[in-house]
Amino acid sequence: METNVINTPIDPKQIPGWGIDADPKNDPTYPMRQRMNVGQDPDSKHRPQSLQPVDTEVLRSIERPNVSAVFGTPEPPSGLSGMIRRAAFHYSENRYRHWLPLVLADRVNVVEGIIEDLAHGKLPNIWAEKGYDVEWKHNRTSLILKLSAVAAVAAGAVVLLSSGDKEPKKPKHYRGAYPEE
Amino acid sequence: MLAMDYRGPKRVRAVQKPMPEIKHPQDAIVKVLRTCICGSDLHLYNGNVPDTRVGSTFGHEFVGEVVEVGAEVTKVKVGDRVIVPFNIACGECHFCRQGMFGNCHESNTEATAVGAIFGYSHTAGGFNGGQAEYCRVPYANVGPVIVPEGMDLDDAVLLTDVVPTGYQAAEMAGIQTGDTVVVFGAGPIGIMAARCAWLFGAGRVIIIDQEDYRLDFARNYSYCEAYNFKEMDDPVVFIKKITDWIGADVVIDAVGAEAAGNTMQTITGRKLLLQAGSATALHWAINSVKKGGVVSIVGVYGPTDNLVPIGNVLNKGLTIRANQASVKRLLPRLIQHVQSGVLNPKGLITHRLPLEEVADGYRMFSAKLDNCIKTVLLPPTASN
Repeated sequence: METNVINTPIDPKQIPGWGIDADPKNDPTYPMRQRMNVGQDPDSKHRPQSLQPVDTEVLRSIERPNVSAVFGTPEPPSGLSGMIRRAAFHYSENRYRHWLPLVLADRVNVVEGIIEDLAHGKLPNIWAEKGYDVEWKHNRTSLILKLSAVAAVAAGAVVLLSSGDKEPKKPKHYRGAYPEE
Repeated sequence: MLAMDYRGPKRVRAVQKPMPEIKHPQDAIVKVLRTCICGSDLHLYNGNVPDTRVGSTFGHEFVGEVVEVGAEVTKVKVGDRVIVPFNIACGECHFCRQGMFGNCHESNTEATAVGAIFGYSHTAGGFNGGQAEYCRVPYANVGPVIVPEGMDLDDAVLLTDVVPTGYQAAEMAGIQTGDTVVVFGAGPIGIMAARCAWLFGAGRVIIIDQEDYRLDFARNYSYCEAYNFKEMDDPVVFIKKITDWIGADVVIDAVGAEAAGNTMQTITGRKLLLQAGSATALHWAINSVKKGGVVSIVGVYGPTDNLVPIGNVLNKGLTIRANQASVKRLLPRLIQHVQSGVLNPKGLITHRLPLEEVADGYRMFSAKLDNCIKTVLLPPTASN
């Protein structure tokens, strides 16, 4: 049930003592912005005359009423990551439900990117994309250590996973679990 | 055209992409002549900014030549060489008319907490950036400023972000004559902030970082004291000690989300993404500024939460000021400073790479290889 009541605006000048200690120079935002309160700005709702046609899917923050006069068009939401992004935009920027799904969508999007590359017959050159050539040139020891650590972890994981397959699991017998033969 | 292409955390490449098109009557298409990798690009590169889509082109520091204009563009024409501010601003909304060009309300549909920035994720508007041969520049009547006659393009490209952001860091700090200013972070922005602090009358400027080569550079470029926090037990105690146990009048956070120096912040902020980046520098800033002092933040953080000692902000009576630089507002003054020789932006440039080697450029800057301070990328179509 809606419990908020609509408050009637009041004229602050009617309040006893209003503005008697006001000091326009005591403005920590100077000189970043010139003072212009929305209530005193007749053009606060002014928009650019021309609006970019919305000819692609643009996700809109629910904290604003409209699509901005210009917007970026590359990479509209698509695939699974796009579905996650659309869901995220049901929530305001004030909510984790907005930001955390977007981070998740970014990670899903990385996998989609690799699949897209492969689908186009292109094998991603991870070594080059990560700039390892220049790291090899200037920071070889660190790179070798880093790659060795990754290889060790990967090898360990493989050994761990494969070791379980060598011996078939023996059936567990519990005392009293089976009728005496 | 050739353009940088984001493939996932720490993976980028240069590929052929379609030419940008005019999408709005105030758009221009700019042929990029110089573009840089910015420290804040590393937040994208490391996958720390939500809604950074695979296939995006980064790059918010670029200058170029106008090659096409929309029907309503009157302030620049084909053939003009322009400085393109990193933020996209309409010049007409409630915020732009207050000079807050970094907070435009008519260029970013996808978030209200940040204005639009070229090549900086869909959270910042979803525009492709300038690490490409060509780039779409919206609101060409507002943002681009014609490169003054005789100005070196290497100076011009650093007027798109580094110089204004460093300058505004000092400006926001409200530096008074004789103030002691501490800058955390000796990247290009921190070095420029330290240099600009003198322009506002600072009496002492101190820069703190963990890379000796950057501290050496800052000591010479910014005429400041420079200290390595790795050699300190506690940077806050160090600053208190060298300021007669009072604290600095002003502290500038020029690091942001990639800060090192605190294991808990690094793990929760950079590795696990449980907060919007590592807030180590901001934490130190709040604790090392004097009571009643000012903390100026230009280091970039993500849109969620960070662990900072907000109780100390209250109890010490601090003023915190922060914003993306309002490049358009600052450019006239900064162009004067460059032309008069007071500021020497191109002195920050240490590396030049062809755009084709963008992956190496990011790795080099990110891992601080080969004493890298600032990298310029040169598209193949750019003239020298």
